[in-house]
Amino acid sequence: MIFSYYPGCTLKTKAKDLDRYGRKSAEALGITLEEIPNWQCCGGVYPISKDEIATKLSSVRALASAKEAGQDLVTLCSACHNVLKQVNNDMANDEEICAKANRYLELEEEYHGETNVIHYLEMLRDKVGFDKIKELVKNPFTGKKIGAYYGCLLLRPGKVLQMDNPENPKIMEDFIRAIGGTPVIYPMRNECCGGYVTLEDKALANKRSGKVLENAKDMGADMLITACPLCLYNLNKNTDGYDVPVYYFTELLAEALGVKD
Amino acid sequence: MQRIGVFVCHCGTNIAATVDVKAVAEAMKIEPGVVFSTDYQYMCSEAGQNLIKDSIKEHKLTGIVVCSCSPRMHEATFRKAAQSAGLNPYMVEIANIREQCSWIHKDMIPATEKAIILGKAAVAKVHLNTPLTAGESPVVKRALVIGGGIAGIQTALDIAEAGFEVDIVEKQPTIGGKMTQIDKTFPTLDCAACILTPKMVDCAQNEKIKIYSYSEVEDVKGFVGNFSVTIKRKARYVDETKCTGCGICTEKCPMKKVPNEFNLGMDNRTAIYIPFAQAVPKVATIDADYCNMLKNGKCGVCQKFCTVGAIDYKQKDTFVEEKYGAIVVATGFNPIKLDNFDEFAYSQSKDVITSLEFERLTNAAGPTSGTLLRPSDGKHPHTIVFVQCVGSRDTSGCGKTYCSKICCMYTAKHAMLVREKYPDTEVYVFYIDVRTPGKNFDEFYRRAVEEYGVHYIKGMVGKVVPRSDGSIMVQASDLLSNEQLHISADLVVLAAAIEPDKSARSLATMLTASMDTNDFFTEAHPKLRPVESPTAGIFLSGVCQGPKDIPETVSQASAAAAKVIGLLAKDKLTCNPCVAEANEWMCNGCSSCEKVCPYGAITYSDKEFRMPDRTTAIRRVASVNPAVCQGCGACTVACPSGAMDLKGFSNSQIMAEVDAICK
Amino acid sequence: MNRKDKQEQILRMSGVNARKCMRCGKCSATCPAYDEMEYHPHQFVYMVESGNIEPLFESESIYKCLTCFACVERCPRDVQPAKLIEAVRVMALRQQDNTHMKKGDLPMMLDEDIPQQAIVSAFRKYTK
Repeated sequence: MIFSYYPGCTLKTKAKDLDRYGRKSAEALGITLEEIPNWQCCGGVYPISKDEIATKLSSVRALASAKEAGQDLVTLCSACHNVLKQVNNDMANDEEICAKANRYLELEEEYHGETNVIHYLEMLRDKVGFDKIKELVKNPFTGKKIGAYYGCLLLRPGKVLQMDNPENPKIMEDFIRAIGGTPVIYPMRNECCGGYVTLEDKALANKRSGKVLENAKDMGADMLITACPLCLYNLNKNTDGYDVPVYYFTELLAEALGVKD
Repeated sequence: MQRIGVFVCHCGTNIAATVDVKAVAEAMKIEPGVVFSTDYQYMCSEAGQNLIKDSIKEHKLTGIVVCSCSPRMHEATFRKAAQSAGLNPYMVEIANIREQCSWIHKDMIPATEKAIILGKAAVAKVHLNTPLTAGESPVVKRALVIGGGIAGIQTALDIAEAGFEVDIVEKQPTIGGKMTQIDKTFPTLDCAACILTPKMVDCAQNEKIKIYSYSEVEDVKGFVGNFSVTIKRKARYVDETKCTGCGICTEKCPMKKVPNEFNLGMDNRTAIYIPFAQAVPKVATIDADYCNMLKNGKCGVCQKFCTVGAIDYKQKDTFVEEKYGAIVVATGFNPIKLDNFDEFAYSQSKDVITSLEFERLTNAAGPTSGTLLRPSDGKHPHTIVFVQCVGSRDTSGCGKTYCSKICCMYTAKHAMLVREKYPDTEVYVFYIDVRTPGKNFDEFYRRAVEEYGVHYIKGMVGKVVPRSDGSIMVQASDLLSNEQLHISADLVVLAAAIEPDKSARSLATMLTASMDTNDFFTEAHPKLRPVESPTAGIFLSGVCQGPKDIPETVSQASAAAAKVIGLLAKDKLTCNPCVAEANEWMCNGCSSCEKVCPYGAITYSDKEFRMPDRTTAIRRVASVNPAVCQGCGACTVACPSGAMDLKGFSNSQIMAEVDAICK
Repeated sequence: MNRKDKQEQILRMSGVNARKCMRCGKCSATCPAYDEMEYHPHQFVYMVESGNIEPLFESESIYKCLTCFACVERCPRDVQPAKLIEAVRVMALRQQDNTHMKKGDLPMMLDEDIPQQAIVSAFRKYTK
């Protein structure tokens, strides 16, 4: 299986582990991730305002590039996933945004949201299958109580991202089961960690991440997994005194598959 | 040549504000055959009708056109007026210049133009009208009620009271419906069972009423006055005629871990069961999904202990066919599933429950014998949060767009009862609006606030977080103090929206009864015919038509019964003379019409024909039973040779209308 | 720009129909940045609908929204308050000389672990 792959800026710098283990695991699962040539940063947050066109163009370029290759576009970072899916939705459904973006980009062939964007987790669930992964696991996380941290960007808005039930998701829990762990369901798993506001308001980030960690710990999680570098940062740095180790889910996947270094 | 009169109605300003009615009347005067044309303020009024009657006589009219509202509104009125003036009622045509013209247009000039065109089309049609005479069909003096909840029970009792036979079909093993699960009823707080079970017993004892429990409607044929219904009696593996309801089988059954639906899965029952003590009929039923004997042939305990030999593991589904004159739909409701609302953590905590579950937790026959205890640990809750409008008034696609109507009142009841029984418990109710129209309803709600000290907070709950120590953090808005609240609760009760029972949709198809987008049955007229379906002979009772509380359901149930009684009291029904007719000379015997006829009105037979060359030929031709035909016209479209035609709506009449419009 | 023009522009930029709001307050009930906000999500909807927009422009609240989409997801009327807050913020930033993050501010906000994602997000949220 070959997919176009959009790593995003953070995965090239502070979140190299998310990327590295993601690629290694994909290889072990027989998947080729072809990095899109000359991709540009998605901007980190989806530009919500309808008259913001320029800020959406980098995403449209990546989407059009995957369309050209005739491949589904895989994202790994939650933020890129959120931005690309939302922009793609605009290109498919918002005529004005679509027309303006196409006029600006002058692509060889107009882009109308044809590319299928999937998150790495969706690739595992829908293209590989968690059952298959279970078979390939060499070092299962038996007995480990792992909490999935979805945050906000992976699932919402649910109608656009269409990844899982945004209020009661199970894709990461199923992933945890596939690698032999025991998922811990805690209700704060889809609440925000404080996001980018951490830059100017550490107290807010502490409060938000603290509440997530408190709830995860309270419900018995030994560790948390995430797909988002910013969530990882906040949950590690702004803990409000609660101490739960947080990992990228790809790191656990690589370890389970026996390809972690 | 016909002598046609045209009558243009103002309908007050309903038509006249948008259509120049005088110009319409004037324009109609020059149409061929029109000998008289006028306008009037209210044509349906007595004076308006007299105008029509007098004109028919004065101008010797042979046909009339009334340019007015929809024929569904007043066609019958004008036909009757024409008839009293000596004109055949089927010589009356309506041009609908209200619903199809004035109400949907804004500008007078194009609206007037359109009204004239519609009038011309009607005149063109009247030229080809022929007098028709309505036949008669007999009425089967027996009614069917589908659904045995309080709506169905009340309807059946009222019909039986009038002396007619009535059958109730109920898919559960007992009648009683949702009301059996409710503890107390607002606004009087009398016990639901105390007022319901006598009615259930009345049903069982009334010799005019027959209860088909654990049964479903499988097929419906026929038409008003003469329905033929197939009822599936599901195998309950117990002979109803022998079982005495002693309950020994339910005590001895070794399979004791079946989720008890009567208590909404909050406790267990046995595989052979009687839903509750006052069940009607009080007969055991074996749940085939759990019975070991039925699943793998190993057990047979109930059969061994049954003293009357009622257990029959070999019982099969049986089918009964019955004739009815009228059918009442009383299929009721269910609370919606809460999968789309897990921000309230319903799937994550046993102590987040629905209001119906709460009813069971406060009911003496419930899983806690009426003591309010938390499902998770059996402890007494000290802080309870009620959340209103969970899935109601929701246009996001997650819930239902309508107000479920009953939640405000039952939540006030729950809150009040908790405070009465457990004064040490703090009760919060989060509301968007408190809707309490109804006799003594607002007083009831205010009592909850003023006398019982229930904390009503204007705002919604946004997130519910269950914790490992059993407490539940509720994060909510208090809009009046502009605060975000964080309440540590022991129990959270969700007022889930209600929706029509899932069986309603397939039933609507069988009955050819219309539904709205929410799967509620639509009434023939929302104000004036609220208990009748637009399909003749089908009546509506209870929540299947729209959300209702018990008093309203019972009123509507009796109203539906009155309509049924009115129908069954007639010996014969006047048939619609606008039925299909086959031209035997053109019919080629292909059976196309027979296949599309939804009423089974068309039959084929071999007939002798004298041919132009004076020989005799035997040909297979269609004929229509006019008593069965409902005039839907499907056959006229299906017929490849154009042999089928509909009286009153013949192909030539419709073409004349189209020609007049396109001219 | 007068009051009405501003209101219309915000509604157009956000694509939100504020009239759909039934004032249930679920957006504010679910908002994780509620305590940090002077004006809360339901107030944004109400104030934009009634044309009382100036106080929102002046308020720090527009930089407290985490864009977590919780209010968008949970609103029973599909009003999408976050989109309104974003439109007010974007409009405020577009005013001449207005920025929430000046050139020299950024280095002070950084530490060695902060992911690029946060920095690009801040540029998008705090500057033109």
